[in-house]
Amino acid sequence: MAGVIDMQNETELAVKQPIMTAKNVDVFYGKKQAIDNVSLDIPENEITSLIGPSGCGKSTFLRCFNRMNDTIDSCKVSGKIEFAGQDIYSPKVDVVALRARIGMVFQKANPFPKSIFENVAYGPRIHDLSSSKDELEHIVITSLKRAGLYDEVSDRLDDPGTSLSGGQQQRLCIARAIAVDPQIILMDEPCSALDPIATAIIEELMESMKRDYTIVIVTHSMAQAARISQKTAFFHLGKVIEYGETDKMFTSPDNELTQNYISGRIG
Amino acid sequence: MPDLNLITSDQLKKRHAKEARFQWYGRIAIMISLSFLVFMFVAIFYRGAGAFQQTKIGLDIDFSEALIDPQGTRDAEVIAGANFKPLITKSLAQVFPEAANRADKRAVYKLISSGSVFELGNMVKDNPNLIGTSRRVWLTATSEVDLFMKGKIDADIDEALRRLKDSDIARIEMLKDSGLIKRKFNTALFTNGDSREPEMAGILGAALGSFFSLLICFLISFPLGILTAVYLEEYAKKSRITDFIEVNINNLAAVPSIVFGLLGLSIFLNFFHLPRSTPLVGGMVLALMTLPTIIIASRSILRSVPKSIRDAALGLGASKTQTTFHHVVPLALPGMLTGTILGMARALGETAPLLMIGMVAFIVDIPKGVTDVATSLPVQIFLWADSPEKGFVERTSAAIIVLLIFLVLMNLLAVYLRRKLERRW
Ligand SMILES: Nc1ncnc2c1ncn2[C@@H]1O[C@H](COP(=O)(O)OP(=O)(O)OP(=O)(O)O)[C@@H](O)[C@H]1O
Ligand SMILES: [Mg+2]
Repeated sequence: MAGVIDMQNETELAVKQPIMTAKNVDVFYGKKQAIDNVSLDIPENEITSLIGPSGCGKSTFLRCFNRMNDTIDSCKVSGKIEFAGQDIYSPKVDVVALRARIGMVFQKANPFPKSIFENVAYGPRIHDLSSSKDELEHIVITSLKRAGLYDEVSDRLDDPGTSLSGGQQQRLCIARAIAVDPQIILMDEPCSALDPIATAIIEELMESMKRDYTIVIVTHSMAQAARISQKTAFFHLGKVIEYGETDKMFTSPDNELTQNYISGRIG
Repeated sequence: MPDLNLITSDQLKKRHAKEARFQWYGRIAIMISLSFLVFMFVAIFYRGAGAFQQTKIGLDIDFSEALIDPQGTRDAEVIAGANFKPLITKSLAQVFPEAANRADKRAVYKLISSGSVFELGNMVKDNPNLIGTSRRVWLTATSEVDLFMKGKIDADIDEALRRLKDSDIARIEMLKDSGLIKRKFNTALFTNGDSREPEMAGILGAALGSFFSLLICFLISFPLGILTAVYLEEYAKKSRITDFIEVNINNLAAVPSIVFGLLGLSIFLNFFHLPRSTPLVGGMVLALMTLPTIIIASRSILRSVPKSIRDAALGLGASKTQTTFHHVVPLALPGMLTGTILGMARALGETAPLLMIGMVAFIVDIPKGVTDVATSLPVQIFLWADSPEKGFVERTSAAIIVLLIFLVLMNLLAVYLRRKLERRW
């Protein structure tokens, strides 16, 4: 089964254009440089994972893709990041439109303190994605189904989203991101607060989401990166040390630093 | 051999003793502050409780048409212009037939409050059918009689030092024997404005003055305060200007309230020529005073809304304004309301700035709107406390009780709103 999927990917890879490219990106927090001249291509409909020791700039880099860094006053981004051929930092780009195309799931599940239904309905509402109540309900239910949460909550959509378990909350956040129908979903350590079973459910979910979405995930678990991603980028002190096929990275890395990190000697 | 002893050692005993001692310090501190509070409440209630009752004298009044409305027109103006004093003196003459000379008659009439003629006048105005009938009316006794009935005048001290003479006391005793003098619930306290006669003075005027002032204060300071707080907290980039504003807001919160009164005097009254002594200006001054408090409270509440909620909304493509008003403000609103109500409670108790803008005048009329001259509850308390008449002593305490009740109610409202709105999670 796994072999079939891999073969499919390999045949698709040859023709695929990257949906997102980063060129010579530098990020500064005040005077402190967090990302140093990073260039990276994110292929479409694949899972790309960003790994590296704590504080190396993974989250910072991930947040460049949907310009969440804009919300931090001291943060300055330079370089070029393109989404489908458009420079996302160009003054013509509307961040609202950008973030509707590029969704985000955070490390700590952060449902709104509203009902499960309202959590998922919020995105479609502000982007006017539905013309009627029925349509909105349809979007909410499909999103919950895609996030693999619907069966567990179908009878209590009016309960507060915060009343769910940690893993369910994280899937609710994924459903909320899906509901806006983005092209890319950025995930910053989505499983770090979850137990292995909840993690497995979310990994399965990502596997199935890959068909419709491009996923970029930051993870601390090398095993997770190896299990789910097709591409892996290894960050160290704000630089990308190595970037390539996950399989190759975990079996025969080119760089000694990568080798050390993967085998657990630095971290 | 490791030490596996689980029994208390000397060193542990010392630690436990220290802990116990500290707990006791805390308890003693609480007891001391509580006892101050209890002492204050007991003292005020003990003094003020009497004011909720008022001595009344029952007189059989003959509402003779000849005296009130000789032409029989029943015209409101005629009735309002009528002299009701003879009605009272006639009735008093029947009760005290022995008081024949002018001095005695005057002494007898002085048992009844001079405001009684207005009480009678209002009765007839409200019900003109009374004219031509005769009935027993309970008229307000003067403050001296009231104090005597409440045991607050010592009949044993030298007569020359008392305003109530021995003959007066004898007459009161006579009224007592015939059941014509009684203590009743003091409605005048709640339905009258201020008066020179303690027995006629009420707090309605001051309470309404306070109400209108707070209304203006709320209408100005709540929206301004919340918008300022939201802008500073959510929108403004940190710069030298925002730092400057921040420092100044904090400074304003510490400015003595009388300074705001002076500001109101020089700007609202002298420059804009707004009507003096009115709740409109009072409310504006109180709003100036409350604004910094509301802004500071609201900002700290906004700051306590977790960043993860903002990130969630922004990450979905909500604009800054949508994020703020769909998620952050609703979460902060209960806290902001609580902060506002607490600020308003402080404004309710504020006296000094109102003195500056002239809300300290003797005002009998009950204000009907924000542009009518008025005082406020704390100013009324100040005025009464300053009055030489002994009858105002218990009224002062009664007004304090009412003010405290309002303050407690406002604080309860704050707690209630917070609970209620927070349940919406
Ligand atoms: N808001 C901020 N202000 C200033 N410096 C920051 C800020 N956020 C991150 N940094 C700094 O930027 C560097 C990269 O941080 P980042 O959060 O991207 O690391 P990370 O790789 O995600 O780490 P982790 O694995 O622990 O989440 C760190 O040195 C951090 O101290
Ligand atoms: Mg991180």
